[in-house]
Amino acid sequence: MATVRVQEAPFDVAAEMAALTAASPGVGGIGCFVGIVRPDRRTDGRSLQALTLEHYPGMTERSIGAIAAEAEQRFELAGCTVLHRIGRLGIGEGIVLVLAAAPHRGHALDATAFLIDWLKTRAPFWKRQDYDDGGSDWVEARAADDEAAVRWS
Amino acid sequence: MASVQLLYFAWVRDRVGKSAETAILPTEVRDVRGVLAWLQSRDPVFATMAGEGRTIRVAINQEFAGPDDPVGAGDEIALFPPVTGG
Repeated sequence: MATVRVQEAPFDVAAEMAALTAASPGVGGIGCFVGIVRPDRRTDGRSLQALTLEHYPGMTERSIGAIAAEAEQRFELAGCTVLHRIGRLGIGEGIVLVLAAAPHRGHALDATAFLIDWLKTRAPFWKRQDYDDGGSDWVEARAADDEAAVRWS
Repeated sequence: MASVQLLYFAWVRDRVGKSAETAILPTEVRDVRGVLAWLQSRDPVFATMAGEGRTIRVAINQEFAGPDDPVGAGDEIALFPPVTGG
């Protein structure tokens, strides 16, 4: 059974790992991905102070829940945990946590990659970069994604 | 005349200047493509974004939607940039 949460509070990787282990009969390994706010490398002299994460309440939980259930079935997982933070996050803070528990490592690692790839391209979250000079800009999505796109024309 | 809820996120919200509104769609507007064209004709902000070639994603009732997907009375229509989570 997947655990899915969207929260402002930091997450505790060890505690989430322990909870997933306890709830996952037959687990032999857990794949883990932690996304972290990195210092931005900019050429214009400004430096990143924080990221602000926004989401679409309602759609976010529903869409992550659906993909987590799909991952559990597809990779025969014993369980998985997907946590995504929102709000203002400083450099070095965790943004996203994906844990996938399976009897064997192959499925655990594949499911972890599947889930984070999906979160990057399909989950309704947006990142705003806030700089030390008070300015900010929204992170642009990477070019190659296969979503149904609607372009203004 | 169909009453719908419009939701805006990230830079779309910044540009429009609000996060939500209730709107009445003209009867000839029946799909996502029609909604976008109508918004452009109604509000210069949308026309400006269109002129900049900005890509907008649309979700109808919390599901991603394409240009031909239908819209109707009571729908929640969300407009937002390509997602950048994770």
